[in-house]
Amino acid sequence: MNKIWLIIQREYTSRVRNKRFLLVTFLMPVLLVSLIAGSAYLSASGMEHRKIAVLDPNGFIKTALKNTDQISFEFPNNVDTLNYKELGYTDILIIPKFEQNKKADYILRSKKSMGLMLQNSISNKINSAIEDQMLQEAGIQQAVLDSIHQASQVAELKAYEDKGKTSKESNASLAMGIGYASGFLIYLTMFIYGAMVMRGVMEEKTNRIAEVIISSVKPFELMMGKIIGIGAVGLTQFILWISLIISLTSVAMGMLPADVQHQVTTLQQHNGQMVGGMSQASESAMRIYNLQHTIQTANWPLIISCFIFYFLGGYLFYSALFAAVGSVVNEDPQDAQSLMFPITMPLIFSYIITNMVTQNPNTPIAFWASIIPFSSPMVMMARIAYGVPSAVSYWELALSMGILIAGFIFTTWLSGKIYRTGILMYGKKPTWKLMFKWAFKKS
Amino acid sequence: MEPILQLANLKKYYSDQKAVDDISFQIQEGSIFGLLGPNGAGKTTLLRMITGIFYPDSGVITLDGAPFDPLNDIQKIGYMPEERGLYKKMKIGEQALYLAQLKGLSKSEATEKIKYWFRKFEMETWWDKKVEDLSKGMSQKLQFVTTILHEPKLIILDEPFSGLDPVNANLIKDEIFNLAKKGATIIFSTHRMEQVEEICDHIVLVNLGKKILDGTVTEVKQQFKENIFSIQTTEAISLENNAIFEVVKTEQYKNLVKINDGYTSNDVLNDLLKKQVQIIGYNEVLPSLNDIFIQLVEGTHSSARAFKPIQ
Repeated sequence: MNKIWLIIQREYTSRVRNKRFLLVTFLMPVLLVSLIAGSAYLSASGMEHRKIAVLDPNGFIKTALKNTDQISFEFPNNVDTLNYKELGYTDILIIPKFEQNKKADYILRSKKSMGLMLQNSISNKINSAIEDQMLQEAGIQQAVLDSIHQASQVAELKAYEDKGKTSKESNASLAMGIGYASGFLIYLTMFIYGAMVMRGVMEEKTNRIAEVIISSVKPFELMMGKIIGIGAVGLTQFILWISLIISLTSVAMGMLPADVQHQVTTLQQHNGQMVGGMSQASESAMRIYNLQHTIQTANWPLIISCFIFYFLGGYLFYSALFAAVGSVVNEDPQDAQSLMFPITMPLIFSYIITNMVTQNPNTPIAFWASIIPFSSPMVMMARIAYGVPSAVSYWELALSMGILIAGFIFTTWLSGKIYRTGILMYGKKPTWKLMFKWAFKKS
Repeated sequence: MEPILQLANLKKYYSDQKAVDDISFQIQEGSIFGLLGPNGAGKTTLLRMITGIFYPDSGVITLDGAPFDPLNDIQKIGYMPEERGLYKKMKIGEQALYLAQLKGLSKSEATEKIKYWFRKFEMETWWDKKVEDLSKGMSQKLQFVTTILHEPKLIILDEPFSGLDPVNANLIKDEIFNLAKKGATIIFSTHRMEQVEEICDHIVLVNLGKKILDGTVTEVKQQFKENIFSIQTTEAISLENNAIFEVVKTEQYKNLVKINDGYTSNDVLNDLLKKQVQIIGYNEVLPSLNDIFIQLVEGTHSSARAFKPIQ
C-alpha cells in the first residue's frame, strides 16, 4: 500500500509541477471566456447593415416593418428590380396585393444573399402584420389588438416540479445547459486523461523502465498508481477551474456600480420585488437577479457530487482500457491509434446520445444509455440535470452507479491481466486478439 | 557454506515454447555467479522468476534458507535488467530516491545512501539534472547505483557493462568485487565470455531452456580440456607426431601438442628430454570459455530457436 502511494505521488507531482499543466489550468478558463466574449463581439459588430426598398401596394405593412440596428426599411416609389442597386439599396422586397384567403408570395431580391435569421424576422413581421390586418377587418379594435400584443409579451412560462408536498421552480433550459456542459466535460476529460494514462504506460514501456519498477512492485500496483495519480491530477484541475470561475464571478460582481449591487441584494432579500419606497430596479440589476435566481433553481450539491462520481467512475472505467492498450503497444504510435479505436468509438457514440438526451431525458435510449457503463457517465449527467427524482428515479441512479462501479472493477481487473503480460513484451505486434488471449488466460 | 539461492526443477512454458525447462542449480553466498547462454536461451525468463516478476509453472525457489516470497523478499534483491531505462523527464536525484523508496527504504535513509554513492562515483553534480541530459554510459552508472543502493543480499546484473567505456566499466567491475567481498552474492548474466572468465567464480550455461553446464570456471575448463600442451624452446625445432602426442600447431619457438590417450604430460617431457630439446616453458593450454561456449551451443540452432507449439 505504501508503494502504490509512492507511485501515485510521483505520477501526480511530476504532472502537476509540469509547466503545461499550470498553463492549461489557468489559461483554459481565460481562453474560454475570451472565446465566448470574442465571438459575441464579432457576431454583434460584424453584421452588415441592409437597406431594403419595399414595394407595398397594401399600405398597412409599412407600420409593421420597423427599422432595427441591422435593417432599415424605406418605401420609395421609383424603385424596381433593375435599379434598386444603383439607388443604394441592398435588397428589394416586393409584396403583392393581399386578398382574403388567397395565398400570395412576396419576393425578396438581394445583392447578397440574406441570412436565415433575418429572413425569418422579416417574414414574421409581414405575417403578423397581415394577421393584424385580417383581425381588424373582422372587426377587432386597434386598441384591443395592442393590449393583446402586450399581454403576450408579459406572460412567461414558469414550470414547477412537484416533489411530494413542496413544489420547486424548474428551468428546462438551465437543465439542458448543465446536462450538456457536464456531459461534454466528462467526454472531454475521458479522452484527455485516458490518453494521458496510455502515454504514461507507453513511456514506461518504451523507456524500458517498466521491468526495473516491476522488480520492486507488482504490475497491478504500477498500473493503479498511474491511473489514480492521473485521476487526481484531473480532479485538481476541476477544483481549480471551479474555484477560478467562482472567484472570477465575484470579482466581476464587485466591479458593478454600487447602486446596482445594492438593488441586486434587495431583490434577493425580497424574492424579486423592490420594496420600501425604493425606485424601480434598473434593468441590469433585474437581469443579474434573474440569472442568479435561475441558477439557484438547480440542485447544485447533487449535481456536483454526481459529477465527481461520474467523472471518477467513467475515468476509472475508460483509463483502465487505455492503460491496457498502452501496455501492448511497442514503439509504433500508429499501433496505438488503431488499438484505441474500439475505445473511442463508444465514447463518441455516448457523446451523440448525450446530445439527444439533453433535450429529452426520458426516452428508452436515454434510460439504457444511462445504465450501461460505457455511456452512463455522460448520459446520466445529462439526465440528472433535469432533477432527481423527477427525471431520474433513485433506483435508476443507484443502479447506474452500481453498474459503473462493477464496470470499472471489471475493466481494471481485465486490463491488469493484459498489462502484466504486455508491459514486458517487446517485439510482438499488438492486436486485440492477443490482448484477449492475455486477458483470459489462466494465471 | 549455505547456498543463498537454490532453484529446484524450475519450469516456465509459454504457449509457443519451453522458455525454462526443468532447471536446477544453487549459488553460494558471497560468490559471483555467471549465468550464460545464447540469445533466447531462457536467461531473462529465469532471472524474472528469481526476481519475482514471473511465477514459475512448477519448481521451487529457495532464497536465504526459506521459500522465495516475491512480496517480502524484494528488498533482498537488486535487479538490473537487460532492458532497462529511466524516466527521461525526472531529475536524477529524485529518480534515485523514488526507486530506493520503492524498494522499501525510508526517505532519509535513501537520501543518505544516494549521497554516499553519488560521492563515491563522482556523480554529486548530477542531482538536479534530468536523465535526458545523460549519455548512455552515465545513465548506466546511475542504474547500477540504484540497483545496489538498498544493499541487497542478491544482486542480479544483466549485461551490466554494455555501453560503458573502459574506465567506467572498471569502476563498476571493482565495485562488483567489493560488494562480493562484503558478502553480497552477484548473479551476472552476459554473453561476453572474457568478462565471465575474469569475474565469475561459478557458471551455469543454459541453452534451449535447459541447463547444459554447471561448475566453477576451473572445473569447467578442466572438464573441457583436450590435453593440449604448449612447449616453448630456445631455438626453432620441429616436432613430429609420434605415439605419445600429435602436433597441433607449430610456431617458431612454440609447439602445441595434443597428448594421446594413455599417456601423461610427464611422458611427453621425458620424450622431449631424451631428444635433447632445450625447454624453457611447458604448460597446459586450457580451452577458453568462449571456445567451450561455441562448442556447446553451435549446431543446436539455438540462435534461430524455432517457435513450436507445445503438445
